Amino acid sequence: MAVLHSAPKISSNEGVRDTLVKALGDMVLTSKEEHGEIVITVKRDAIENALKLLRDDHEYQQMMEIAGVDYPERDERFEVVYMLLSVTKNHRVMVKLSTDEATPVPTITTLWPNAGWLEREVFDLYGVTFVGNPDLRRILTDYGFEGHPFRKDFPLTGYTELRYSEEEKRVVYEPVELAQDLRQFDFLSPWEGSDYVLPGDEKAEEEGKS
Amino acid sequence: MSVQLEQSPTTGDEVITNYTINFGPQHPAAHGVLRMVMELDGEVVERIDPHVGLLHRGTEKLIEHKTYLQALPYFDRLDYCSPLAQEYSYVLAIEKLINLEVPERAQYLRVLFAELTRICNHMLNMGAHILDVGAFTPNLWIMDLREDCLNFFERASGARMHMAWYRPGGVHQDVPEKLLVDIGEWLNGRFFPLFEDAMSLVMDNRIFKQRNVDIAVVSREDALAWGFSGPMIRAAGIPWDLRKSQPYDVYDRMEFDIPVGTNSDCYDRFMVRVKEIYESAKIIKQCLAEMPEGPIASDDGKVSPPKRGEMKQSMEALIHHFKLYTEGFHVPEGEVYVATESPKGEFGVYLVSDGTNKPYRCKIRPTAFSHLQAMDMMSKGHMLPDATAILGAIDVVFGECDR
Repeated sequence: MAVLHSAPKISSNEGVRDTLVKALGDMVLTSKEEHGEIVITVKRDAIENALKLLRDDHEYQQMMEIAGVDYPERDERFEVVYMLLSVTKNHRVMVKLSTDEATPVPTITTLWPNAGWLEREVFDLYGVTFVGNPDLRRILTDYGFEGHPFRKDFPLTGYTELRYSEEEKRVVYEPVELAQDLRQFDFLSPWEGSDYVLPGDEKAEEEGKS
Repeated sequence: MSVQLEQSPTTGDEVITNYTINFGPQHPAAHGVLRMVMELDGEVVERIDPHVGLLHRGTEKLIEHKTYLQALPYFDRLDYCSPLAQEYSYVLAIEKLINLEVPERAQYLRVLFAELTRICNHMLNMGAHILDVGAFTPNLWIMDLREDCLNFFERASGARMHMAWYRPGGVHQDVPEKLLVDIGEWLNGRFFPLFEDAMSLVMDNRIFKQRNVDIAVVSREDALAWGFSGPMIRAAGIPWDLRKSQPYDVYDRMEFDIPVGTNSDCYDRFMVRVKEIYESAKIIKQCLAEMPEGPIASDDGKVSPPKRGEMKQSMEALIHHFKLYTEGFHVPEGEVYVATESPKGEFGVYLVSDGTNKPYRCKIRPTAFSHLQAMDMMSKGHMLPDATAILGAIDVVFGECDR
């Protein structure tokens, strides 16, 4: 497909995927190249070795970002995505692995010191634990926060809200109480796979049963 | 700052006491809500533990619940000092997923305003940095120039700060011809005399240099390992600029240089920003000279709204309009990571689409996160007042850092 967009142009992807997959050997589970992005899925336990290999032998000097993604319908629901950047080859590659709530991921703080906070963030927001991270505290949420807010099953409104209480002269935490229902509009066209019941349709179903 | 005395292990008869102080969360030099727990030995910093997240608003989660278009204004509110630069990554990410062509005029407009944003952002940061190390006047002078930039933004989009002006496929509306003329006149006339006046007060100033030179020196290897980007990595002597190495829109047609530092200290970071202003001005002038006439948004009716006049005539245009502003457009399945050179460094958006009208996941890579993380490494062994200079030279904005 011809490239029409004007998003950042990196060095050519040609042959890079094959080279990297070959070099990583049996650490690789799958790899793909879509939308001009090379994504390599590696075995969870091999992540440290895989990234070390990419850093030392393939010039991906910088680890810019670690992103967590939640796919609740999968067996291993979380994906952890590492964005690598090579400033010498002017190239980017994504390396990812999957895990679940209980299985820890090996840390990469041994390779890049800035992985520390990024792993803390994924831990905080998704509850993925990183084995070997020396300082795995929460980072973005409140002190004493419970739960992992970016999981898909965590409600947008959260569970607690806080306000300053004039009587107690301090900030108090209370369960969320909405003055008005949270309005979640689903504008997906009903012809394109929305799964909600259209208002009134439930009557038809009841009639059908009786 | 609250001060707590902490008893630490004694050596012989002598009692060594370390101070642990809270820098922030409400401190004028913290550039927002940053709490730093500092362990001091006398006045020397031994350890810094920055606590971020006090401004965490769950932007990424909110974006998952909005259509692609509705999510755009959230990006203005991340780094509220350079709003358009954040929108840039987001619209480019969407365009990359859709593979959408952007008309030339729109590309020029986006580059022009991204550079104006850079000037605007650096004005604020440099002013604040100078203020943090004790000079008052330059901040007032260059804040005046920032005000000019904001007025230009207002004339283009209607809003001074949260413009929400970029769109997937172009920009929201065209700019009046007079605005382009005025930007050119401002750059050729008022801007540089005032800016150079302000800079002449600090660049060779003895006190300013004493506060900044040789403070927080970071080696090239460290700069790479800690994920530095933007002026922070350029001050370390690495000529890495995404506008140059990974050009987007019409940056590949622009002629500009990448200023780099030699000493990698706070003074170099400041001077890199000063020089960048000149380069930005060059780019803006080229944009003004070369900007073609033509449409300012993609003609793909599935992504860009139709013109008002068309809607009165054409049923199809009316349907497109209705669908766009209720359902929004669908983005093909896939995942991309798009990073642009925001004034503060690499601002990235990792966008995962599941083929519907809402982003499945939108991870934002803030620039300040990696830089602030290195705060401990950079401040170790420096004095307490140096911490403000280091923080000023990092250029943190917490809307972005905490998301």
